[in-house]
Amino acid sequence: MSTQQVSLDKLRKLPGSYARLGWTLLVVGAVLTILSFALNPKHASFGLIMTLTFVATVGIGGLFWVGVEYVSSAVWSTALRRPFEFIAGVIPFLVILALPLLFRMRTVFEWTHASYFKDDPSMLVKAPYLNIPFFIIRTIAVLLIWWLYYHIIIRNSNLQDTSKDQGLTRKNIRTSAGFLVVFALTLTIFSVDWLMSLTPSWFSTIFAVYVFAGAVLSSMALGTLIIVLLNEKDRFPVKLTPDHYYNLGAFLFAFVIFWAYIGFSQFLLQWYGNLREETAYWIPRIHGSWAVLSIILALGEFLIPFFLLVTKPAKMDPKRLVFVSIWLLVAHALDIYWMVMPVYNSANAVFGITEIAFMALSIGIILTVFAYKARGSNMVPIGDPKLQRGLEFHL
Amino acid sequence: MSSGIRRLYGITALFDNPEKLLNAARAVVKEGYKDYDSYSPYPIHGLDAAMKLKRSYIGVVTLVAGLTGATLLVIFAWWTNSVDYPLVIGGKPLFAWPSYVPLTFEMTVLFGAVSTVTALLAVWLGLPRNSHPLHETEFMKKVADDGFGIAIESKDKKFDEKQTKEFLENLGAEKVELVYYEARELTLGETVLDPKFITAIVVVALLSSAATYLGLNQMLLIRPWSSLNVQAKVLPETKSAFYPDGFAMRPPVKGTVARGQMPYRYANDLAGAEKYMQNPLLPTKHVMEVGKRDFNTYCSPCHGYFADADSRLQGQFPVPPSLHIDSLVTAPDGLYYEVITNGYQGVMPSYARQIPRDERWAIIWYIRALQQAQNPGEVAEAK
Repeated sequence: MSTQQVSLDKLRKLPGSYARLGWTLLVVGAVLTILSFALNPKHASFGLIMTLTFVATVGIGGLFWVGVEYVSSAVWSTALRRPFEFIAGVIPFLVILALPLLFRMRTVFEWTHASYFKDDPSMLVKAPYLNIPFFIIRTIAVLLIWWLYYHIIIRNSNLQDTSKDQGLTRKNIRTSAGFLVVFALTLTIFSVDWLMSLTPSWFSTIFAVYVFAGAVLSSMALGTLIIVLLNEKDRFPVKLTPDHYYNLGAFLFAFVIFWAYIGFSQFLLQWYGNLREETAYWIPRIHGSWAVLSIILALGEFLIPFFLLVTKPAKMDPKRLVFVSIWLLVAHALDIYWMVMPVYNSANAVFGITEIAFMALSIGIILTVFAYKARGSNMVPIGDPKLQRGLEFHL
Repeated sequence: MSSGIRRLYGITALFDNPEKLLNAARAVVKEGYKDYDSYSPYPIHGLDAAMKLKRSYIGVVTLVAGLTGATLLVIFAWWTNSVDYPLVIGGKPLFAWPSYVPLTFEMTVLFGAVSTVTALLAVWLGLPRNSHPLHETEFMKKVADDGFGIAIESKDKKFDEKQTKEFLENLGAEKVELVYYEARELTLGETVLDPKFITAIVVVALLSSAATYLGLNQMLLIRPWSSLNVQAKVLPETKSAFYPDGFAMRPPVKGTVARGQMPYRYANDLAGAEKYMQNPLLPTKHVMEVGKRDFNTYCSPCHGYFADADSRLQGQFPVPPSLHIDSLVTAPDGLYYEVITNGYQGVMPSYARQIPRDERWAIIWYIRALQQAQNPGEVAEAK
């Protein structure tokens, strides 16, 4: 078997268009966000929650994939690990998005008002959890833990590029195993705090799994998009084969189904039970224009990508993968919009400057950080002992 | 009988490691063979590519069967639940599609899986055949355990007994063998449509159905497994030879009072009620409280809070007489009970539905208290 050479001149060179597009979107998004705060602060606060959720889910999803790669000792994906590390690079910046919201909690969270627990004493059991100091502590703690794991895993991975020390892989396997457990708990806290408590009376035990499905799916979509685009334009330092594409497509396909499975399970049980405390979340979402959006979401994040990816050739087709990845990222944004915005306006789906700001700012932050990270470290982990075998991967 | 002539199925070659099999597969493709297959105990990465396999059409079978299963289930659920026997369950609409989704999914998977396996068997064995020439060969036993093999079939255009054998030996095969059809495989004599095979299937089906039926529907009901199914009692709605009217069920004995019901024999008999009824309750604190509550709820809108007939309804309803007039102050309890229960001359309606029996008596105690307060000493002594 011929051993593949790593193209050194492409190792740290992402096409300039990535950084340019990233900065443009970031600036446009930031300006629009400030503008929307000036026009309608309440709407804009909800918009910022969407941005925080989008960036956080994509970022932590990226770190999840890196962790899974280490824990499972996967070989095929070694060359593809770095893009996911770069996607996870947004984790340290999440606090910048969360900070303005921590000062504006009373605008978005109903439970922050003193009258809330007074008006509905049945909610008093939640008072020890839902209060502003504890909320802030939790948010800071979760973001700190994520940053810590991100820092350790990525530092070890980068160190290996020069030291070629196999012990670093072993270290990262142990760290990642711990991270995956912590990840499950912290993502639960994050999604319960920032998304579920928007409807404070409502609860769903599967909600964090639903957010997890979206996070893992969207980060895989973004990773696939960038990897396939770079490889097709011959800008990736190594040559990837359709077999690598197939695995990426298979992951997308699997998590499209997983997302639908979890989303529908959550709906079915509460729809069937029809209990007052469980339907609070669904009633706005199955009436009026939100009902139309719910159907679009089911088609957009499940049925259409399912049939686009179902065959084997489809999972290997770069054009199809690029299209489905972009499609799924838009669907994920729609999913977040669908989770957050009915709380702001339960009667009608609203679309305005805030929503444009949300999309531009989210993609802008992720792309800018990606381009910045890609300049700072190698596009493939050249020191990883599994790299060569990973490149020779066949189905 | 063509006992002397043996027909060749093909030539098998065994290799001792997967790397050799990969190389052999590449060589076989390069040589131009089409009707061949590779065998290995586990999936080998890269074998598909080495064999230059085309896309399998089994997936089409899965798709069509899966969609059929889904469609059938939706039609079935819709027909049974919305058309043939409409039944409201849990207050949901008759065609409550979300509750059918899990079943639709199951049926899709069931139909898809069963027909995929059937299609694979059909392609591999060539149904209705039920046997393959490679079965029961040393080659098959080896590749199902620790060997890696290739079999080239004799129907291939490039196949030549001598050349192909040499070609495979040159590839580094451990063992190259010729595999012949067995006589029964040639004549299509033993297929899945074979009467013996069909009979066997039918017998197995009958036996297992019978065992299930006997076990679950009959044996479980035999004593000592169940001692409760034989009892000395008559079942409802059955015939009886004992009673002259032929019904096993008997009407209740005359004068039977159903649980929780109290007969009232002075309905619309004001004179009887006045003469014979008296308040069964004692005027305890609780009774007075209940009476006050009910009086204020049901009586006071017309009669006024103190039975002064100061109606709050501004003349929308007829204004009743004050309960403090002499004839009412001295009237017996039975009159009040009868009027509350059955109304009065079409002017006051019956309150039997709203006020339970005991609470009517409690109201009467409360009315007595109101009267006592305004007319000391004049309230009827005789109850």
